[in-house]
Amino acid sequence: MTKFLPFTLAMALLAILCAMVSLGLGPAHLGLSRAFSALIGQGDPIATTIVWQLRLPRALLALLVGAMLGAAGAAMQGYLRNPLADPGVLGTSSTAALGAVLALYYGFAAISPLTLPVFAITGAMVGLIPMLLLAARGEGPLALILAGVAISTAAGAGISLALNFAPNPFAAVEIMTWLMGSLADRSFLHVWLALPCIAVGLGLILLEGRALDALTLGEDSAAALGTDLRRVRLVLMLAVAIGVGGAVAVSGTIGFVGLVVPHLVRPFTDRRPSSLLIPSALGGAALLAAADALVRSVPTLDEPRLGVVTALLGVPVFLHQLVRARRQW
Amino acid sequence: MVRLEAVSVALGARRVVDNVSADLAGGVIGLIGPNGAGKSTLVRAIAGLVPAEGAILIDGVPVAALAPGERARRIAYLPQGQTVHWPLTAERLVALGRLPHLAPFARPGKADADAIERALERTELQPLRDRPVDQLSGGERARVLLARALAVEAPLLLADEPLAALDPAHQIEVMALLRAEAARGGTVIAVLHDLTLAARWCDRLLLIDHGRLAADGTPREVLTAERIGSVYGVSAFIGEAQGEPLIVPLTHH
Repeated sequence: MTKFLPFTLAMALLAILCAMVSLGLGPAHLGLSRAFSALIGQGDPIATTIVWQLRLPRALLALLVGAMLGAAGAAMQGYLRNPLADPGVLGTSSTAALGAVLALYYGFAAISPLTLPVFAITGAMVGLIPMLLLAARGEGPLALILAGVAISTAAGAGISLALNFAPNPFAAVEIMTWLMGSLADRSFLHVWLALPCIAVGLGLILLEGRALDALTLGEDSAAALGTDLRRVRLVLMLAVAIGVGGAVAVSGTIGFVGLVVPHLVRPFTDRRPSSLLIPSALGGAALLAAADALVRSVPTLDEPRLGVVTALLGVPVFLHQLVRARRQW
Repeated sequence: MVRLEAVSVALGARRVVDNVSADLAGGVIGLIGPNGAGKSTLVRAIAGLVPAEGAILIDGVPVAALAPGERARRIAYLPQGQTVHWPLTAERLVALGRLPHLAPFARPGKADADAIERALERTELQPLRDRPVDQLSGGERARVLLARALAVEAPLLLADEPLAALDPAHQIEVMALLRAEAARGGTVIAVLHDLTLAARWCDRLLLIDHGRLAADGTPREVLTAERIGSVYGVSAFIGEAQGEPLIVPLTHH
């Protein structure tokens, strides 16, 4: 860890910088200095309202959601010993999305801005139940990946069904738009809802760093090194369901961050799964804050959706990295 | 050290280890026997990784009753055909052997650094310490994994086929290392296939056949032509070289 302290600090600075830039961006042209003085309470009332009510929650959510996705991706890749794993691999982010879609479909989402996120978190928890049953039987990573695929498929089918039976085209568009992921028009309510989920998720993941390192040698060796495999499995599942569930609840589906970020930071670490966790969280926060700043600075009529942009940004970077690193994960 | 009392292990419906009893303390103890005889399963049972019937006592305590951390400090386990999932450097990989000794959230201390250094030195890996494991040859990787097990500095070392993938020079080197480990007061239990090396370097051999203990004794007692014939199904030439048995399997029957 100490060896990569400069790198970790650089990632933290980058994340803060991206968030600051994001505070300066929006439909109202405030400029960075006016936005900054509003942030520290020295600005004019209009700027203060815009920054504190609109932009700050958005920037904070970008940091929180990005951190959760990055750390969850790193944890899942470490746990499953699979460089293809991402935060959605256990299926709980799909069931969270299904929960949100149901809230939209049945119109509960209109009741309060909090109904949709609460439905999404409930969806994540429901999706966790079959995974916990499997885990209790002591199934290995492959069974968990396959079960995750099955659960994602079922949730995807449920989402398609909602689109299929959408009462009118507007409802279908609303669902589709939500699924593409966005942090537009979020308030501090969303921050307070996501923060505890993400704090718990990140905390649980960081608890298991050593177990993830031991798993570098496979389950038998990890167990012989004193790792309680059942505990690790349970803790990481809960961490991902709660943390990523909370993230999806406020942002919608944001793909690729959790897959890409661990690959991007890995070459700067000693490649132990534990030393990836914090840099991945910071990298995810920086990436999402940057992407969210970008969606607001492109001159289109409507903002491009965040999930679309992260995928568009992530793919070329990821491919470049793969070619350059020559499968050095 | 290790006491096995009527140990049986069932994997599914199959009894893979069947009623094995032995007292294993001190020296290098070779586990030999044909493929599928149950050697690896017996080793995994001793390591506490598979549930077993009967009693497996480590210093008088049932292995299943040991807390995971305590068990990990007493038993170092080197599995067969170990894969390394991330290309850590040799030194980082060896350092994983210190995990059982670290208090929660504590950083590795001087004792850990010293143990890692000793393990690297004994396996002559110091020049390769910063090399990622995916850039090592098969033999070098095998030594790194052995060093990882040595770094635990446990009184009991279980090594499942530590000689696989090694050239003759490194096979001898590893057997010498295991002997040195035993000479420091530890007990080494190693699954081996090369009968000449087993005879030459082990103090005692356990011959496992169909999960049962077919023979237990010094190499000369265990490795007779009749027994090799009945257990392995091969006729073997047994000679002498430098005062030690030399076993050459000749024909399969």
